[in-house]
Formats: sequence, structure tokens, C-alpha cells
Amino acid sequence: MGRSIKKGPFVEPKLAKKVAKMAKTGKRDPITTWSRRCTIPPDFIGHVFMVHNGRMHLKVQVTEDMVGHKLGEFAPTRVFRGHTNKKEEAKPGAVPS
Amino acid sequence: MPRLLGVDIPANKRLEISLAYLYGVGRPLGAKICKEVGIDGGIRARDLTEEQVALLANHIQKNYAVEGQLRRQIAANIGRLRDIGCYRGIRHRRSLPVRGQRTRTNSRTRKGPRKTVAGKKAVKGVK
Repeated sequence: MGRSIKKGPFVEPKLAKKVAKMAKTGKRDPITTWSRRCTIPPDFIGHVFMVHNGRMHLKVQVTEDMVGHKLGEFAPTRVFRGHTNKKEEAKPGAVPS
Repeated sequence: MPRLLGVDIPANKRLEISLAYLYGVGRPLGAKICKEVGIDGGIRARDLTEEQVALLANHIQKNYAVEGQLRRQIAANIGRLRDIGCYRGIRHRRSLPVRGQRTRTNSRTRKGPRKTVAGKKAVKGVK
């Protein structure tokens, strides 16, 4: 199921370039991206990404533990607000997205 | 019944099979351990000498994660997924299936006993 080791992990070239550039200038701006498929390499640690979930970009602060996962894993695409309760129909509280 | 690594008391069975009563040791690993330690896997667990028991305990502890240690390791792995807030972690938090299985039906192991919702039509007649 895993990806061939020969190829190495897939890191969106565009993102890698942006992060490398920021590392040089020392800036750490959030990077807006649609690339949910991008694997998080170690040099992304500490950066902030705005990852698209199909509707908007969610803020993802990359920590050490996230290395090896994909950006998309941290921006859920589905919202489940729970089933309506008969007694208190249309309650405002929503499950965290 | 010899005690091996604290709690575990394998029974009146062949050694390689009684080793499988340890959490984290299955039959293949049981056989492998016997071979590595140099004890015949076919002898009964009750026939082990004290030195052999000590030898086994030592060897297993040194080379494999079993019992509490293994349980802790697994819990830590899941805890990590929960903490980083990735999709799998979220599924663990809500105790839903983690690997993309359907949840419309089935998934009872993860979800627990059915909670019937009033007003939901029977599945059979629904188009």
C-alpha cells in the first residue's frame, strides 16, 4: 500500500521551494496551499500552512510529530454537526470542525 | 505452572504454544524464541527448570516488547495520532473506524451497541 521507497516521499515542489526560500530569509509567513497530498518533510517543522479543505483554508501549524503525514490529514473535509435532537431542535452548538 | 515475566502463567502445553499466552507473542514468535534460546519447543511448560525460565524471561525482555511495555507502546502511538489532530487521530477520538470503513452499517466493534434513533425508516423498504 505504501509508496515505493525508490521514489521517496512526495513533497509538492512548489511548497518545498517556498519553505527553502523562507528558511533563507528567516521569515515565517503562512503558506496558502491546495496541495493536501504533500507529505510533510522535517524542514516544514514550525511553518504554518493554510490547507484547503474544499471550501476554505485551514490553519495547520506543523510540529515535529506531524512529519511523514500529509497536509490533508490535518484539514478535515467533512463537517458532522451531530444529528438533530428532537427536544432541542436546531441547537446552535456544533461539533468542532 | 511456571510464572514468566510476572503475571503470565502458561499452562500444561507445549512450550512454544504456552509462550503465546504472553501478550505480544504469537505462535510463530513462540517457536522463534524457543529456537533462539535453544530450548526444545516441544517440551511441556511444566518441565522447565528454573534456569530455563529465567533464561526465557531474560531473552524475551531483552529482545521483544511484550505485555505492559507493548500495551504502553501501542497506547502511545494512538495518543500521538490524537494529539497531532490528524484524520486518524480524530477517528480514534470519536471511536469510529480509522481505516476508511463504512459506518452507515456495521462498525459495531468501534461504535458499541446500537443506539436506535426514532423516526429513521427501516433500511429494507427505503428506496
